Amino acid sequence: MTNHIDLSTVLRQTVSCELYSNLVTRPTGAAVRTEIERLVAEMRERSLAIIDFSHVSMIDFSCADEVVAKLLLRYCADRPPHDAYFLFRGLSEDHWDAIEAVLERHGLALAIEQEDGVHVVGVLSDDERRAWEALDRVGQAVPSELAGLLDRAPDDVERSLAELWRRRLVMKVDDGWIAVGGLRG
Amino acid sequence: MTTVINVPPSLDDASFEQVLEQVAPLPRDAKILVDARHTRWASPYGLTALLTLAQTRTERAILAVPELDDTNSYWARAGFFRFAEQLYELRGTFPKRPAASDSNVLLEITPVAKSEDVHEVVGRIQQKAQQILQHELNIDAKATVGFAMTLSEVCQNIVEHAGRGGWVMVQTYRWTKRLGRRVVVISVTDAGLGFRQSLESAPGRTFGDRWDDAAALEEAVIRGVSRFRDPGRGQGLAGVRRYVGRWDGKLSVRSGTARISIVPAWDDDVPLDENLPDFPGAQVQVTIPERVGTK
Repeated sequence: MTNHIDLSTVLRQTVSCELYSNLVTRPTGAAVRTEIERLVAEMRERSLAIIDFSHVSMIDFSCADEVVAKLLLRYCADRPPHDAYFLFRGLSEDHWDAIEAVLERHGLALAIEQEDGVHVVGVLSDDERRAWEALDRVGQAVPSELAGLLDRAPDDVERSLAELWRRRLVMKVDDGWIAVGGLRG
Repeated sequence: MTTVINVPPSLDDASFEQVLEQVAPLPRDAKILVDARHTRWASPYGLTALLTLAQTRTERAILAVPELDDTNSYWARAGFFRFAEQLYELRGTFPKRPAASDSNVLLEITPVAKSEDVHEVVGRIQQKAQQILQHELNIDAKATVGFAMTLSEVCQNIVEHAGRGGWVMVQTYRWTKRLGRRVVVISVTDAGLGFRQSLESAPGRTFGDRWDDAAALEEAVIRGVSRFRDPGRGQGLAGVRRYVGRWDGKLSVRSGTARISIVPAWDDDVPLDENLPDFPGAQVQVTIPERVGTK
């Protein structure tokens, strides 16, 4: 199940002002994150939330920490509240400084949708990054298939996938694994 | 008895120390007359710090306004008298309403007390900042967002830590004396808790042998320490430092009896100034200079 969450709409509802298009301040960020979590919780089953920054002018460090970092930290914990995954859309250079800073601070990574496809950004080991990129290329795979592509042992690849799954960057499906943002539509 | 505090002819972050040297030895409830009659020019820091000074007094202070019409007119356009009237007993004549806004004032003096004020400030600055940074200071358009982020984070310092409202002002001017170039300056001042007291309020926190205002500033500004246990805290000032470094700017943070600065090559300020006259709260100044010799 996929849910599109337009952050500018959430922002306007949260701060009760039609004029604001900036994600600034911690209280605003906390309120926006709470609303995202509520929307994600409504989906109940495994879900992909598309967090859309397209109409957000800017985000500051404090707000990025509240909206992006704390959201990911909660769902990357050992017992996430819900089997949810996140794909970030509409991120521009104007947003990137703040988001990159908080990803580095907390050792987080996220999947972003760009014109040329979906990419994973942030803090990942080389093995994790290569495994994610290989999975994204093939669409859906089991560890043994990826192991051949990556020239690694299947158990080793499975460990990377398990870690990527904990970090909400790949999904487990019946017949293998899918990178977040892959095989949609 | 009323003590007269002389305001220097040119009032900026450096010369404001002369004001504080006169005020610091006096009890908070001593009656003071802040004599700005001969003041000809004031930076955003000078103006916001004058308002902050009034907030530190328990006995309402008197302010003798500048005698020069041009100076008065500028202070009015910067929004100074609107708030000074509420904080000082004003002596002298000054424009009740500014005739027009000043194109060099990107953001007139604006009170900051809550999160909504930061939204307001950032929203108001964005379009003007792009125009000024790109066309007047030759700074890449990409710097505009960072400028707004910097403004947001330094204003949030008041909301999160000061415990009372403060002031922000943003202006461009030609800094002839030191730089010979145009600069854009953000000044954010408050008379609240200050960095040392804010960090001391962190539960369970221990302090080393050397713990004073300077140590607190080093912790917060250089090491990104916050009173909150949340590991995500302290990123705001770190981000401001990165932005200032990228655009060859200067960051100064004064609190209590110390001032810490990120000093660019064009400036000869000291990185850490201690044993200054005590002044409550925190006073932050960000200076971004015009870029020269690059396209």
